[in-house]
Amino acid sequence: MTALLEIQGLHLGMQSFDGEAHVLNGIDLTINRGEIWGVVGETGCGKSLTGLSVSRLVPTPPARYRAGRILFEGQDVLSMPESELRKLRGRRIGMIFQDPTTNLNPSFRIGDQLVDVALAAARHSERTTRVAARDLAARMLDKVGIPNAASRLDDYPHQFSGGMRQRVLIAMALIGQPSLLIADEPTTALDVSVQAQVLALLKGMVAETGMAVMLITHNLGVVAQSCTHVAVMYAGNIVESGRVAQVIRRPAHPYTQALLAAIPTRHVARGALQGLAGSVPDLLAPPPGCRFAPRCAHASAACATLPATVAVEGGHRVACVLAHA
Amino acid sequence: MLEIEGLTKTFMRGGLLRKSAPVTALRDVSLTVAKGESFGLVGESGSGKSTLARCILRLDQPTSGRILFEGQDMARLSPAAMRRLRARIQVVWQDPYASLNPRMSVHDIVTEPLVVHRAAIGLDSRGRTERAARILAQVGLGPQHLHRYPHEFSGGQRQRIGIARALVTEPALLLLDEPTSALDVSVQAQVLNLLVDLQARLGLTYFFISHDLSVIRYICDRVALLHRGELVEQGPTDTIFDAPRHEVTRTLLAAMPEVVVPD
Repeated sequence: MTALLEIQGLHLGMQSFDGEAHVLNGIDLTINRGEIWGVVGETGCGKSLTGLSVSRLVPTPPARYRAGRILFEGQDVLSMPESELRKLRGRRIGMIFQDPTTNLNPSFRIGDQLVDVALAAARHSERTTRVAARDLAARMLDKVGIPNAASRLDDYPHQFSGGMRQRVLIAMALIGQPSLLIADEPTTALDVSVQAQVLALLKGMVAETGMAVMLITHNLGVVAQSCTHVAVMYAGNIVESGRVAQVIRRPAHPYTQALLAAIPTRHVARGALQGLAGSVPDLLAPPPGCRFAPRCAHASAACATLPATVAVEGGHRVACVLAHA
Repeated sequence: MLEIEGLTKTFMRGGLLRKSAPVTALRDVSLTVAKGESFGLVGESGSGKSTLARCILRLDQPTSGRILFEGQDMARLSPAAMRRLRARIQVVWQDPYASLNPRMSVHDIVTEPLVVHRAAIGLDSRGRTERAARILAQVGLGPQHLHRYPHEFSGGQRQRIGIARALVTEPALLLLDEPTSALDVSVQAQVLNLLVDLQARLGLTYFFISHDLSVIRYICDRVALLHRGELVEQGPTDTIFDAPRHEVTRTLLAAMPEVVVPD
């Protein structure tokens, strides 16, 4: 069976007044059905651009795909005509974005917004009616845990709380029964208790439908609690990836180690937290070789060439010369 | 240092034609913050954290109850005394991008509180610049940064500028409203360490507001939990985290995503 999503050697350049920034620098990522992949990294590391690229939502120009392929169910997304892409978006690939308050139109009823998406999703397959779509919308709202779903279809977004709006957006993303859900910081704007509910809901949907999820987040706690796999990104590269248990219990890349050491946990005494000195490299003129080397305590002459990604144990892959030994 | 007694704040709602029920944002909140400690205030959005902060800063007037700072009832102070007191309570805001004026240089941002409080502090222009340079050095920036503008700095550096601005009047109490929630974790770690270090060196008292329990656990000696405007639990940090008594606290702690892989 082919992988659901295969990103191979993806390079993305972004044109700016000062030249072209090399924002994705050879991304390799394979996601299978039923897997929840956390894509983590700090601001500007390219995690959102990776997610947007999967449904080719990065505007070109200013962006330019320099190399690589994105295979979704075996078809190359990057060379697909726009009409084919539209059959994927919202239907085979669902998307959820960060801010639930700005992604719903405040002047239309929740039910109408869901029905529109359901009809758009169905347009490319069997014909469906508005009544049937409305029925489906009610069932989806019920599934994402909105009480009295059918009676809330005629409510407007402002009548829903932040957590409920995010559930509506999840329902909207799932109404076309996608096989891949791309969720970009879906819980960042929410309180922790609501975040826990939303993540539990996503996990439940994966168990029920066998879809795959790409969960883009900066929160390693969220990854540890709800993902099966994780890819750690730094300055346009995936520096480490694998099963969550492998990566979080035995981080092999110095950046992953530094990221974990920066999180205040129960066992860290006050003042003992490890910050990460320096700042992210300028992507207009990135350092040659490993982009983390200028901030890395273990950097050596060998880091001047881009380290190959090697497997340290089944499925756990690291792009660091330390792992080559 | 700070005593809050039976603080209640209600907001009136409704417009010209219709009156609706007033909203009680804070209900009978009492707490004390001792000199030199880090006091953490936790709560979800809408729980009243920011309203409490605004009452302490006197940006809002409490409906009832008292706030005593160093034993003085803030509501009974003369305007002149209140102005002097404001130099002793400073605040660091959440968003280091929004809270620094992009058209002011770091020098002007950091010395502005000294200009505002020149009657109480009494520094001339040169004295203000010297003070600003000294405070910038304490937060890990240098005199070479004085004549730069906010856009030339990263998020973590901007928050250092915000902290420098708060410290420049040599306050006794620093109110920190989600000071790291807009920052990446590696930068957050640096800012938290800076705060720990500054407190040890300057003997500051912190009133730390956050929805991030892991940050509160790291930095605070005592914690209070606000839920729908009421203080449901308060106590030493270890007690609250290890043996929470209230259901709300337990729910919140259970929802906290720890970086531990479940078996």
